[in-house]
Amino acid sequence: MRDLVTEHRLNIVLALVLLAGPLVAHAADEPFMVTLATRAAILALAGVGLNIALGLGGLVSFGHAAFFGLGGYAVGILASHHQNYEPLMTWPFLVNGTNQMLILWLVAVLVSGLAALVIGALSLRTSGVYFIMITLAFAQMLYFFAISWPAYGGEDGLSIYVRNAFPGINTLRPLDFFLLCYAVLMVVLVAQWRMTGARFGTALQAVRQNEGRVAALGLSPYRIRLAAFVISGMVTGLAGALYVDLNRFVSPSMMSWHLSGEIMVFIILGGVARLFGPVVGACLFVLFEHVFGSFTEHWQFFLGAALLAVVLFARGGFIGVVAGRARHD
Amino acid sequence: MTEPVLEIRDLSKSFGALRVTDGVNLDVRPGEIHALIGPNGAGKSSLIKLVAGEIAANSGSIRFAGQEITGFDQIARARLGLTRTFQVSSLIPEFSARGNVMFAAQARRRSVFGFLGQVARDPELVDEAMQALERVGLADRAGVRVSELSHGEKRLLEIAMALAMRPRIFLMDEPMAGLGQEGSARLVGFLDKLRSEAPILLIEHDMDAVFQLADRISVLVAGRIIARGTADEIRNHPDVRAAYLGEDEA
Repeated sequence: MRDLVTEHRLNIVLALVLLAGPLVAHAADEPFMVTLATRAAILALAGVGLNIALGLGGLVSFGHAAFFGLGGYAVGILASHHQNYEPLMTWPFLVNGTNQMLILWLVAVLVSGLAALVIGALSLRTSGVYFIMITLAFAQMLYFFAISWPAYGGEDGLSIYVRNAFPGINTLRPLDFFLLCYAVLMVVLVAQWRMTGARFGTALQAVRQNEGRVAALGLSPYRIRLAAFVISGMVTGLAGALYVDLNRFVSPSMMSWHLSGEIMVFIILGGVARLFGPVVGACLFVLFEHVFGSFTEHWQFFLGAALLAVVLFARGGFIGVVAGRARHD
Repeated sequence: MTEPVLEIRDLSKSFGALRVTDGVNLDVRPGEIHALIGPNGAGKSSLIKLVAGEIAANSGSIRFAGQEITGFDQIARARLGLTRTFQVSSLIPEFSARGNVMFAAQARRRSVFGFLGQVARDPELVDEAMQALERVGLADRAGVRVSELSHGEKRLLEIAMALAMRPRIFLMDEPMAGLGQEGSARLVGFLDKLRSEAPILLIEHDMDAVFQLADRISVLVAGRIIARGTADEIRNHPDVRAAYLGEDEA
């Protein structure tokens, strides 16, 4: 049990570091650094979503950018209708756009969850490499659909100009928006932590390790996986919603397979199935992008080297190196 | 005579030209241990898989607890109370011994969609798991990760998981395999009492154990039942001696 305590403490330290960084940057009047941390927190959330499917459930989805993008488009479309004072639809009933984040998030989560239900229901009939390829194919379908659909910007994407609103805070101030994203990330992490130790998390981890045994005990591995895939897609969709508000812009590139790969890289860098794995991974990613990106456009070379090092020498990722092997009852 | 719990009628299964199960009739009555013996490759494990629903039969029927279950899949059959143990231990390797049995207890409740209540602090599941571990003598190893258990301990954990399912019948595929003499002897004593809880369809290579335990024995050779009877009848059956027990004992 000693390792678990260590990981627990490490997670608290990491959470505090991610909080303290932007606070210091804000005090030093460095709003760009605050924005950078916001980007890391949002990408981390996307990774947290995938980690539920990939880490806990062993479902290597190479199409999570689809949910990231769908969450993003849900926000982009509704916000642009709000800004243009055009209703989204008038028949059979009137639906207006909105700039309220709470509503936008709800829509983003529902849309991406629904997409995950459909994609998962079909993809989960396969496994292994076929599952990877089918999830990739679905994401690419959505990507090309977004490119070729002119109503919302097509290939050029869609700008929303003004960040959406959240009751009680001024989302236009970088620190406020960071704290909002940080709070969402922490709430989701706590929920995932609870879920992992609860009956659903237990069943999901059992399915990953020994599917045949779970079926022999009378539980359906397919249903457990599908539920996990939907939850996973919802969380990544929520991250997409925040990402669009961060950039005030949504484009098909949010759905591209590069992004699916990057989300996966966060998890591998930080530690597969570890609660804070994607958080560490996303922070490292943003850090690499910023530090190495400032003197070479080929900064991904360094990211690749780091990834290689982790895969070859530290299979548990960053968390695995610091806190040791994962344990559970 | 009491109604059998499990009733297999004319069950056949082929893989290509190979008939692994060839018109098998077999029943298991309440409170009995029905042993299934036969040389390697006779189709014993296949028969267990057919009954558990892991593979589908080509023809024939299976009735269980008064219900026709031929068309049911593995999950539905497990839910009705057909619980099997595996010839090669099939456990959740990263869970502790207790975690495995707790998961079986959770599965018996068909409870998957719990997101808040922590399993490790669920007194019902913990108590049930500890009771089952106690019964097979693994209580002091409860917190040990499965991957660190010995082979024999894994075999016993298989049984503890089956106990936590509180089945209406046990399908046991070589539970003694690799237990050693002392372990086997203890397990024989345990199964002897277990039959009063639920009948057991037992595949076993350990003939001493089979002759000690079985109320009835069916002998499977090349997918067919060639003989059935009590231990004494089987011991002295000429076909069985020729096909299975070997010439040296004849």
